[in-house]
Amino acid sequence: MSMAPLLVPILSGTMVAATPLIYAAIGELVAERSGVLNLGVEGMMLIGTVTAFAVAFAGYPPVFAALAAAGAGALASLAFAFLALSLATNQYAAGLALTILGSGLSAFIGHDFGSSALKSIPKLHLPFLSDLPFIGPVLFHHDLMTYLALVVTGGIWWFLYRTKAGLVLRIVGESPESAHAIGYPVIRIRYLATMFGGAMAGLGGAYLALAYTPLWVENMTAGRGWIALALVVFAAWRPWRVMLGAWLFGGVTVLQLFAQGLGIEAPSELLSSLPYIATIIVLVAISRNPRTMRLNAPVSLARTFRPEG
Amino acid sequence: MRIVLEPRPVPLEPMRVGAPLIALALTIFVGSLLFIALGLNPLTTLRAYFIEPLSTSGGVSEWLLKASPLILIGLGLTVGFRANVWNIGAEGMFTMGAIAAGWLAVRFGGGGHAWLLPAMVVAGALGGIGWAAIPAFLKAKANANEILVTLMLNYVAALILSWLVNGPMKDPDGMNYPQSAPFEPSAMFPPLFEGLRINGSIFITAIAVVLAWLFLDRSFMGFQMSVGGAAPTAARYAGFSRSRAIWLGLLISGATAGLAGMMEAAGPLGQLTPVLSPGYGFTAIIVAFVGRLTPLGVVFGGLLLSLLYLGGESVQMSLNLPASLARTFQGMLLFFLLAADVLILYRVRIKRR
Repeated sequence: MSMAPLLVPILSGTMVAATPLIYAAIGELVAERSGVLNLGVEGMMLIGTVTAFAVAFAGYPPVFAALAAAGAGALASLAFAFLALSLATNQYAAGLALTILGSGLSAFIGHDFGSSALKSIPKLHLPFLSDLPFIGPVLFHHDLMTYLALVVTGGIWWFLYRTKAGLVLRIVGESPESAHAIGYPVIRIRYLATMFGGAMAGLGGAYLALAYTPLWVENMTAGRGWIALALVVFAAWRPWRVMLGAWLFGGVTVLQLFAQGLGIEAPSELLSSLPYIATIIVLVAISRNPRTMRLNAPVSLARTFRPEG
Repeated sequence: MRIVLEPRPVPLEPMRVGAPLIALALTIFVGSLLFIALGLNPLTTLRAYFIEPLSTSGGVSEWLLKASPLILIGLGLTVGFRANVWNIGAEGMFTMGAIAAGWLAVRFGGGGHAWLLPAMVVAGALGGIGWAAIPAFLKAKANANEILVTLMLNYVAALILSWLVNGPMKDPDGMNYPQSAPFEPSAMFPPLFEGLRINGSIFITAIAVVLAWLFLDRSFMGFQMSVGGAAPTAARYAGFSRSRAIWLGLLISGATAGLAGMMEAAGPLGQLTPVLSPGYGFTAIIVAFVGRLTPLGVVFGGLLLSLLYLGGESVQMSLNLPASLARTFQGMLLFFLLAADVLILYRVRIKRR
């Protein structure tokens, strides 16, 4: 059968599936650019999801729910930052602790939701644009949070490469000693970058609750926080490539769903594993070239920095 | 106000033992606050959580039964963590070990063969090793981050298991439940005591503790791996192979996780089900840290985290609290432990500006 009539829902679905990944990965990218590797993305997303769900479930508008989720994500990242930055703990271990805690805490808080459902946030109808043939339904028939993810991506690119604050953040990630010597508050900058990462992971989680799969399930992020971490590597720590990567993964996710729906002769479990396998393949492809990694990875990534005195 | 860490001239050794105790005390304290917030009496709730589960022989049997896989996996992870090899895919290796052993059990269970259980032990370890070989190969050959690869493989392993118990390995007489046929007695560990679930597999864990101690603290290879983790430059200078450390770190932890999965399937479960473990693979990470990355410490760590699971089940039944409370406590414990560990290397001063 022909794929043509399916192209619109597949492409449009790709944009939707990519959105939570864009938020989480862009946030982690900023943290990593400052030299902080936070493996707690999955945990922060889960905390964002359960917060958004709780607030929306209590009857508040989705905007409140999204903001509360961002706040909760930032708060959770603060716990990580205190360990990793103030107490100079191993960043891997502190991030894992956050993921385990976030998974437990979100399940604990979400226990009462059973498997209640929310109403998805509305898709916007843009005058003229939404009515364009093909392009309209693919690109211009989405909710506000999908567009906002693209705005955030552009904004972070502008911040990192076109503002002085962005330059300072990158210096902190490359050489915290130099930044400290010039007089920049390395730890404070890393705190802020980490909290931005937490807020974005929270928003990514909120998107799952408010738009993507508005039905409460324990651990409903299903590894998206980890995929976001892989995306940052895949993107060689560049914002636009994060977006491309997210679309790629969104595409794989949507394609396997459509393949399942079309009754393609393959067990659904094996199709469901494709996004995870794709993550591994992409990671291998990008990591194989030691030069790409050396040239792009922030030099002080995951290294603790302790200002003297 | 700001926190200043002053390095100690020598590490404060007693704090290596003290930190887990501080972390446990803080977890219990925050837990009590949580109970109060939920309108529960903290003392009776703590009693129900930590004391009551161990007040019967059945409870002690369950305690050891849960501690055993945690200790076994924790030992393997310790080998890797010491060498700075971050395997967080023990959950997937556990699953693959159970699948490999489960296949043997279903295929040859009817014959009553004496070789079946030993063969399943080998298959369980090999299943875990095979799954761990993927991230080891990709890390050694293509420098792919083992944290992300092992984690992704957890999801893949869970989906493979789900496919098997819904398809090729589904019990034809199982009323359409997604599970394998129940294992025959020849494919299961015999119980140690009448009426209790604790079985002979705990001897495997006991042997593993001794082997881990010999490898980590008494062998040159174990020493080389520890140096590679603590001082990578020194290890490279001494000519200790990094790629061998990666392979060993992952394959050994894969073997122990696979064995643990086999023990779970051939013990309390007695068949393959869509969910085999309540997150043992992740909890074992905490076990390794609580155990200070030492074999004996891991035994205590495993007993403690097993008790956290057991207490969670206990208050779920008696007070109707969600079972996820246990995971929350486990996460808190690791958080507080990492914080308390700072006291080993540093003096913490709070300065006012």
